[in-house]
Amino acid sequence: MADLISLRGIKRHYDVGGEVVRALDGVDLIINHNEYISIMGPSGSGKSTMMNMIGCLDSPTEGVYEFEGELVHEMDDNQLASIRNRKIGFVFQTFNLLPKATALRNVEVPLIYANISKSERVKKAEKALLAVGLSDRMHHKPNELSGGQRQRVAIARALVNDPSILLADEPTGNLDSKSGVEIMKILDSLHDDGNTIILVTHEEYIAEHADRTINLFDGKIKEDRQTKKRKRVVA
Amino acid sequence: MAKQSHLKNTIKESFRMAIESIRQNKLRSILTLLGISIGVFSVIGVMTAIRTLESSVNSQLDIFGTNTFMIQKSPAIQIHGPGNNKIRKRKNIRYAHYEELKQRAKLPQQVSVVDGTGERNIQYKDKRLKKTAELSGVDEWGLRSFKTYLADGRNFLEDDIRFYRSVTILGPDLADILFPFEDPIGKIIQIKGLDYTVIGITERKGQAFGQSQDYFVMIPISVYIQRFSSRWTSLAINVEAESTELYEKTMDEVIGLMRVIRKVPPEEENDFEIISNEELMDTFAGFTGGIKLFAGAVSVIALLVAGIGIMNIMLVSVTERIKEIGIRKAIGATRRDILTQFLMEAIFLSQFGGVVGVILGIAGGNLVAVLLKVPAVVPMDWAFYGMAVCSFIGIGFGIYPAWRAANLDPIESLRFE
Ligand SMILES: Nc1ncnc2c1ncn2[C@@H]1O[C@H](COP(=O)(O)OP(=O)(O)O)[C@@H](O)[C@H]1O
Ligand SMILES: [Mg+2]
Repeated sequence: MADLISLRGIKRHYDVGGEVVRALDGVDLIINHNEYISIMGPSGSGKSTMMNMIGCLDSPTEGVYEFEGELVHEMDDNQLASIRNRKIGFVFQTFNLLPKATALRNVEVPLIYANISKSERVKKAEKALLAVGLSDRMHHKPNELSGGQRQRVAIARALVNDPSILLADEPTGNLDSKSGVEIMKILDSLHDDGNTIILVTHEEYIAEHADRTINLFDGKIKEDRQTKKRKRVVA
Repeated sequence: MAKQSHLKNTIKESFRMAIESIRQNKLRSILTLLGISIGVFSVIGVMTAIRTLESSVNSQLDIFGTNTFMIQKSPAIQIHGPGNNKIRKRKNIRYAHYEELKQRAKLPQQVSVVDGTGERNIQYKDKRLKKTAELSGVDEWGLRSFKTYLADGRNFLEDDIRFYRSVTILGPDLADILFPFEDPIGKIIQIKGLDYTVIGITERKGQAFGQSQDYFVMIPISVYIQRFSSRWTSLAINVEAESTELYEKTMDEVIGLMRVIRKVPPEEENDFEIISNEELMDTFAGFTGGIKLFAGAVSVIALLVAGIGIMNIMLVSVTERIKEIGIRKAIGATRRDILTQFLMEAIFLSQFGGVVGVILGIAGGNLVAVLLKVPAVVPMDWAFYGMAVCSFIGIGFGIYPAWRAANLDPIESLRFE
């Protein structure tokens, strides 16, 4: 089976007032289906940059990015938008929900861009909210929900279009530890269901949920180790 | 997976998002709408007002009977200037001209003669006029030429003209003053001290341009010439064609004959004027054309200002929603999706403002109709232009903010607070 994701010599440089910031400085990485990976590293080490790169929000300055055999680094804007929409589910530290839309509506939005009819959208969004245990909060707006609930809406939104990979950049960073644990439970069970998950975190005990931990430092992979025996799901 | 046509889905969703965002920013949206509404209101209002005015004035300018035109020395509406002197030097139209024309013209159904003056010295017993009345000398065709009908009594007869009979037909307003409690028919009134027998009363016509059309007396043209004409008197000749088809031909014949009768050399212009309903309406149309042009220019400026208002509000809206745009892009919105969303919002704002403007404009314009007591009109064509212009404004002034939104970088936008 082909790799899900393959990064080869990926660089992302920023030019800040004549000075070059090497946010990613030659990253090689292969991610397989149904992996559960945590990315760690000090602040400014390039974790978010790498997540944005994998999530097709950003393009590399240099290097090769293959996603399910397709060359992402050569794609135009519309192709990238389409990959983000169909293949990638993104969960952010700050939730990033549309503040004036209900939970249901928020989960529906990716399906709008996927061109799915209204009735089907509602059905799928309801199912996704049910999966994260929010079927009784569907018509609430973000400011009527707790942080943990907001993050669960964000997870439902990330999953609603059946993506190939779920990317979570410090998903528990803005939550109290109890809510953080709830979110991790959901991610664990999503992994058990066969989803591929990459997770950025500062906390060792959060990172321990994953099967593989990657340590970044100054835009380079310093360490990449298997932390658990992987539960392989035979395709 | 149920897929729909992409465009239809995008437009439907953009429409929904536009309504949501307008609802969420009510005051701001209303102020923007107001700009467009005022612009559209001014166009539609002026155009509706002009149209009601036109229909009312045109019906009032419809003073001659069907297929009728009039020959006079001077034009109906005189413009002061160098040309005026030429008109004054023209020969007067005399009774002999009329008689010769009537004898020689073959096509007209009838040729009649008329002249008028102002006269206040009219009385019955102790009842006198306070205001000068219109005194006309006419023949048996006079009533018909002026589209007036008898309410009571009889018309002038050929014999009344031929034998210089002192008889008169009164307009109803004048009759009301002289005969508040009596039947006027058969009574004798004095005009400039001389006796006239009232033989008829005309039907009430009402007002035109704020003036009574029923405040007049008519006497036989022969008597009029004898008692009221001077060497400056120039008569008017009324010609009625047999049918609309023969109208032009009849006019050609009459013009030719008048030139012969008045001995106008072939190379010179007519030394008389032809006045018809159409000619009066043309003159008025020239006048309203100027107003329309002016109103059009003012409206263009108003709509331009409104358009800039829309652009401004859309730019603010884009800046306020940078984060939202980032989120939408992160979950799969393409540039075109974002462009469509913001463009639809701009179009929707201006369309909504346009509808309000059209409704207010038609209402305001028709207020003129109510004041003038004429039938109201709904200028569908202008309403349509108004809405079309609103779409153009929405697109024209919304495209730049929408383009800016569409080209925002997703990561930068997500980081924006
Ligand atoms: N848009 C940008 N312009 C300039 N420098 C940037 C930009 N985004 C990130 N960086 C720099 O790249 C480095 C990595 O950033 P980031 O990936 O956000 O780190 P982390 O998420 O690990 O804290 C940092 O030094 C940061 O300052
Ligand atoms: Mg980060």
